[in-house]
Amino acid sequence: MQKIRLDILSNTKLTSDVCRMWLGACDAEGGRAIEAVRPGQFVNIALEGCYLRRPISVCDTAGGKVCIVYKVVGEGTAKLKDMTSGSQLDVLLPLGNGFDLSVSGERPLLVGGGVGVPPLLMLAKRLADNGKRADVVLGFNTAAEIILADEFRAVGCNVTIATADGSEGCKGFVTDAIAQAEGGNSFFYACGPKPMLRALQRQMKIDGQISMEERMGCGFGACMGCTCKTAGGAKQICTDGPVFFKDEIVFE
Amino acid sequence: MDSRLNVSLGKVKLHNPVIPASGTFGFGLEMAELYDIDCLGAISIKGTTVEPRYGNPTPRIAECKSGMLNAVGLQNPGIDRVVHDILPQLRAIYHRPIIANISGFSMDEYVHLAERMSREEQVEIIEVNISCPNVHNGGMAFGTSPEAAAKVTAAVKAVSSKPVFIKLSPNVTDIAAIAKACEDAGADGLCLINTPLGMRIDIRTRKPVIANTYGGMSGSCIFPLALRMVHQAARVCKVPIIGCGGVSSAEDVVEMMMAGASAVEIGAANLVNPYICRDIVDRLPELLSRLGVDRITDITGVVK
Repeated sequence: MQKIRLDILSNTKLTSDVCRMWLGACDAEGGRAIEAVRPGQFVNIALEGCYLRRPISVCDTAGGKVCIVYKVVGEGTAKLKDMTSGSQLDVLLPLGNGFDLSVSGERPLLVGGGVGVPPLLMLAKRLADNGKRADVVLGFNTAAEIILADEFRAVGCNVTIATADGSEGCKGFVTDAIAQAEGGNSFFYACGPKPMLRALQRQMKIDGQISMEERMGCGFGACMGCTCKTAGGAKQICTDGPVFFKDEIVFE
Repeated sequence: MDSRLNVSLGKVKLHNPVIPASGTFGFGLEMAELYDIDCLGAISIKGTTVEPRYGNPTPRIAECKSGMLNAVGLQNPGIDRVVHDILPQLRAIYHRPIIANISGFSMDEYVHLAERMSREEQVEIIEVNISCPNVHNGGMAFGTSPEAAAKVTAAVKAVSSKPVFIKLSPNVTDIAAIAKACEDAGADGLCLINTPLGMRIDIRTRKPVIANTYGGMSGSCIFPLALRMVHQAARVCKVPIIGCGGVSSAEDVVEMMMAGASAVEIGAANLVNPYICRDIVDRLPELLSRLGVDRITDITGVVK
């Protein structure tokens, strides 16, 4: 983990309440820190006027730049939305363990729900770098909330969309879309709301990794705020996770 | 290393007054990957109980203006693992005093923990937490009356070969009476304050943000409260006081010491800036020079 300052390069809307921000390193040290980020890891951002940092998953990295995609849900993300290129952010990175690419097998399945989708894009790209073309199932409430589907297609992924209201793709949840698919996947990776992750844990016959979320104090293992129950006892989502193997997590 | 920063907590010598507070620094192992933690005056390690504890359900964390709330609920691996697995790891990388923060649910547990911890060579102070607001039937129950606080103090003192500091709760009407009761019962020092209880509500769900409903407040917002209580305790007690609560700069350290603290614990600020303790240690000499202070011990309790 490093504490670095990053330049805001761009900050644009993807939907009415989801934004994409590109941040760039100010120096070679920052560049190296960004290059070390693995898919599934996160950054923790200090914001003027907010006491705690805001943990946000990394959506992509490229040549000393890091991309985050975030939903405006409260005071912190509202401030983030209003920031413009030219200003700087104080960022801790990289945080968390990230996805394990070595267990993907030949035909991995990526399952994302809502703002759980962004970290899977970086994963899809790195899997593609390893010659693994992923099947991708993305779930949203409605068509207007769909994000990043074209970016996954650009990587060569086979993308299936599920919307709860049926306004686009398969009507229902990602679990419905997966049940209707032909199968044959080697391993799955998932990130999204807790009910989705719990449903996947029950439904999926193949092994997988899921990325968990919780309100965090520090993001680096000091405060014991973001604990979850696992088969191996209490684990910290920020340092032992956020990525866990499917059967590790004990949902309450 | 600047000798102007040397302080004493009774017979325990610290090379500077900056101590990360229990619960905001783990057992120091994660932080040691960031910087050389030997720059710290001491470390107050994560509160340890007899049995391993999962702690409270999540969410355990909420935010407020200039601060935060937590209801972690004393999550820790239990005394056996702390003593056998974790302290040896810490000793390998850290060579300054360890302050062992202990929490019990009965008098027997406090006695057992104090006796066990005082056998650890690098543990130089036993910090008795009688003020955790986040667990039922324990912690704070011992810290909210002078009689109960005195009883725990005397029991722990009787079995401990190391200096005993009592960590006090701000959730009381008369902090001076409790501080004095601890001193009279034999405490070698005091640490205050633990967190005042607070609450946040999510106005959309109409539910408390924290699963445990209430949580202990920390961060800059509690600094004036902590300062006032340290001042009140210092007026009636002779034993050294570790000032704690919302300290987040070198200036805050100086202010806390002027109120009567001999050393200072930094809590929530570590969670926001993991380098804050090191940065404060680095900044103190220059600040003392600017204030015309020769040795930092000269300012302890100057405000009567």
